[in-house]
Amino acid sequence: MQRIRDRTLSKESFVLQMDGIGKEYYGNRVLNDISLAIRPGEIHGIVGENGAGKSTLMNILFGMAVIHSTGGHDGTIKIDGKPSHISSPLQAMQLGIGMVHQEFMLIPGYSITENIKLNREITKDNIFSRFAGERVKTLNVEAMQKDARKSLDTLNMNIEEWAVVSGLPVGHKQFIEIARELDKTNLKLLVFDEPTAVLTESEADRLLDAMKHIAQAGIAILFITHRLHEIIEVCDTITVLRDGHLVVQKEKENTDIYELAEMMVGSRITDVTREIPDISAKSTILSVKNLQVDMPGESVKGVDLEVKEGEILGIGGLAGHGKLGISNGVMGLYDSTGTVMFRGTPVTLNNPFSVINQGLAFVSEDRRGVGLLLNSSIELNIVFSAIQAHNEFVIKRGPFSQMDDKAIRAYARKMIKDLDIRCTGPQQPTRRLSGGNQQKVCIARALALKPKLLFVSEPTRGIDIGAKKLVLETLVRLNKEFGMTVVMTSSELAELRSICGRIAIVTEGKIAGVLKPTDSDVDFGLMMAGEINAAG
Amino acid sequence: MNKKHNNEQKPALTAGIEEIKEIKHLTPGEKIKKFLVNNMVTILFVILCGIGLRLSGLSMAFYLNDIVNRIARNSFLILALIIPVMAGMGLNFAIVLGAMAGQAAIIFVTHWGFGGPFGILLCALLAAPGALFLGWMTGRLLNRARGKEMITSLILGFFANGVYQLIFLLMIGTIIPMQNEVLVLSSGIGLRTTIDLSDGLRYGLDDIIRTPFPLFVLMFSAVALVVLVVLLVRMRSRQLAVDAPKRKKLIMWSVFTLVLLGWSLMTHFSLSQINLVRVPTFTMLVIAVLCLFNIFIVKTKLGQDFRSVGQDQHIAQVSGINVDRTRIQAIMISTLLAAWGHIIFLQNLGAFSTYGSHEQVGMFASAAILIGGASVSKATVGHAILGAVLFHTLFIVSPLAGRNLMGDAQLGEYFRTFVAYGVIGVSLGLHAWRKLIQSRK
Repeated sequence: MQRIRDRTLSKESFVLQMDGIGKEYYGNRVLNDISLAIRPGEIHGIVGENGAGKSTLMNILFGMAVIHSTGGHDGTIKIDGKPSHISSPLQAMQLGIGMVHQEFMLIPGYSITENIKLNREITKDNIFSRFAGERVKTLNVEAMQKDARKSLDTLNMNIEEWAVVSGLPVGHKQFIEIARELDKTNLKLLVFDEPTAVLTESEADRLLDAMKHIAQAGIAILFITHRLHEIIEVCDTITVLRDGHLVVQKEKENTDIYELAEMMVGSRITDVTREIPDISAKSTILSVKNLQVDMPGESVKGVDLEVKEGEILGIGGLAGHGKLGISNGVMGLYDSTGTVMFRGTPVTLNNPFSVINQGLAFVSEDRRGVGLLLNSSIELNIVFSAIQAHNEFVIKRGPFSQMDDKAIRAYARKMIKDLDIRCTGPQQPTRRLSGGNQQKVCIARALALKPKLLFVSEPTRGIDIGAKKLVLETLVRLNKEFGMTVVMTSSELAELRSICGRIAIVTEGKIAGVLKPTDSDVDFGLMMAGEINAAG
Repeated sequence: MNKKHNNEQKPALTAGIEEIKEIKHLTPGEKIKKFLVNNMVTILFVILCGIGLRLSGLSMAFYLNDIVNRIARNSFLILALIIPVMAGMGLNFAIVLGAMAGQAAIIFVTHWGFGGPFGILLCALLAAPGALFLGWMTGRLLNRARGKEMITSLILGFFANGVYQLIFLLMIGTIIPMQNEVLVLSSGIGLRTTIDLSDGLRYGLDDIIRTPFPLFVLMFSAVALVVLVVLLVRMRSRQLAVDAPKRKKLIMWSVFTLVLLGWSLMTHFSLSQINLVRVPTFTMLVIAVLCLFNIFIVKTKLGQDFRSVGQDQHIAQVSGINVDRTRIQAIMISTLLAAWGHIIFLQNLGAFSTYGSHEQVGMFASAAILIGGASVSKATVGHAILGAVLFHTLFIVSPLAGRNLMGDAQLGEYFRTFVAYGVIGVSLGLHAWRKLIQSRK
């Protein structure tokens, strides 16, 4: 690991200096000794995978409550060379730090001017305000519009300042957010948190132009993105984060997309524990054609995918690009269109019940929301889906049907033993289990459906390392011993590479390509960043 | 500046705007359809009132006399609902609490024997601190029941009624000393069920100035015309493209006021019975001031905060607006206005039921403003006034129409109640439905 720190040591004037920043959440270290420094007018890029620590770093910079309620952070922050303790977003704002949010902080029913001037309205006196105070002063609409016009002009926006925001295209909204930050007179540092994620290509180009323009005016910019070519295009300096560590800090001239991609992903594959079975001869168990899923934040825009019988297929990609949408869409949890064939018969979309009946099962990424009945016992959670879908574990007594307590108890005990669920007994409520054991209950429930194909989404999200390994081993065992086909979706490339035979990478709602776990880091990095798009 | 940018090479951004403009250009047919759908409730009630008026066989003079009185009586209360709607808290059924404060003030002022304009002023002053306190409490409660403000305020009204009864039925004569043979029950404890104001506060506000109806319309339209012309001239001097649709509207209103002016002049010098209708002009003036207040508050920082909070609490909070305090202020203003509105209401009625007259205030005001075209998320002065006219027209004509049609006044009465509550239910349902549709998109 190479670290360049000479820039932080030089005596130039910096807008922002962060030195030795670290952060721990409940004993879990997420940031380690991060240092960076930005001069006025500099564009500083930060790249890293999900979970690399970018958002934690920004939360620290903005003094978010989540940082201070969990014991603060290590290291020092200097603004304009003065040590500053930033304890609230308001204070960050007063220090001249602005943020362009990923999701828009705009009021749809308001005009552009009203949004730009939100809670910073210009007022003038009237007869009542002289005795009733500040708040009944009249709004000075003309002055407000003038100011709004000025910031819009800075961004080369020829849109009328009185237009209502709700009808505007997404790209415009992004610019209005920027205009609002520019309107703040003391702005020194502007943070862009993945601003191009929602933009079309031409809009993104305009945004990059605007960023250069703003930087020329002497405002420093922190630019967080996954798109490496954008980083190369506009940034002066680039910081790469991985797993909470600063991997490298480089001038733009000394690096290129390939190097960045490699360093972003990093060689972290610990062991590919098994030999990968040859699947080329196997028949196709699930084929997906032109699948489109309307899942908020994870929409899928036309995916073609073939799953072979008996394989473990990985679906990877960055958050928000639609990898989660695929399994949710096939299982009928979100509105979707397209053709899905399972073992030669078409799957009815948008109907979870019939999908389950056809022999597919799903372990959701939303464990506590969709996955578990938190206040119910482990045994009920395990058999719940099977009772609903297959009418199993049920005794018929005339017109009434009742749960077969004995069968349920026996089955639950077997599952607890097989999957090594650590609990006080089958009747313990799932709320009190640890994350890893909750996940195992979810898997047990999917298994109770006796599926031919199992979708697993983010199986290791939010559980500790030991439990992660157990969950992954469970999946491998199911695959090996019972020949179950598994499709695992995960944000963690390393875990996909450790158990999957093939890994499909999703970018912008489509499959960018299918890689082997042994392919190089550069290939994975570039494909995830959307820089290459060849099905491989 | 604008011109220059238009010629520049940024096709992506301008394209979007043109699309939006295209959407706004509707054919006349679509426009009419949209108008009908958006104003369904109001249009339905205009038709109902028209049919009712015909069937009742009432003379114009009689109807005008009644409706003018009722508008003067009830408008203030309906207008009190607007600010909480603006702040995104829905219809404030808890104006019942304000009404109680006003009613309590009236009871004490009557007990002390004051009457006339001075008595009314005393009531208004006396009711204010109580109403503000109750408003503050209500606001705090509603802040804890976010998203369920309306049902909470409705139930709060019922609860407060219990407290009110406790005070005036049990505490009067025991804890609160009051010796008054007219007001207090013969046992010496508790107030009588009806209180007569005819020797005191009755018409205290209304009788300050009374003018014949045509003269009132004459004055009103003259003032309105002057205001409209001033607005038009100011708009012309600014020459903004934004104002074009507004200007059209203003011109339409000016024409309408001119017609009114002409009609009132003609009627004033005729022998029409309408000349006998006497308008409580001072009360109307007070209502006009409240309308102006509502319009004024929108244009202030406070009003902008109300709107910001109403549109999106989270974004308002992030931009540093104190959301909780703003919501409490909205309810406090509303409750205070309701207290004063109820005083106006009762002085016009002249007698009231001690334990009942405030109960329905929130319901009726809400029904009226909804009939006027307001929704749970949008209400204006225009909605309130139109709603008052339609709602009370229905009140006046339904018993008579029922008797003429079916030979039974009760049937008309039944129909009116059915419709009034039906409107509240349907409006709330429509609102929930629209929200659902929006969230799906």
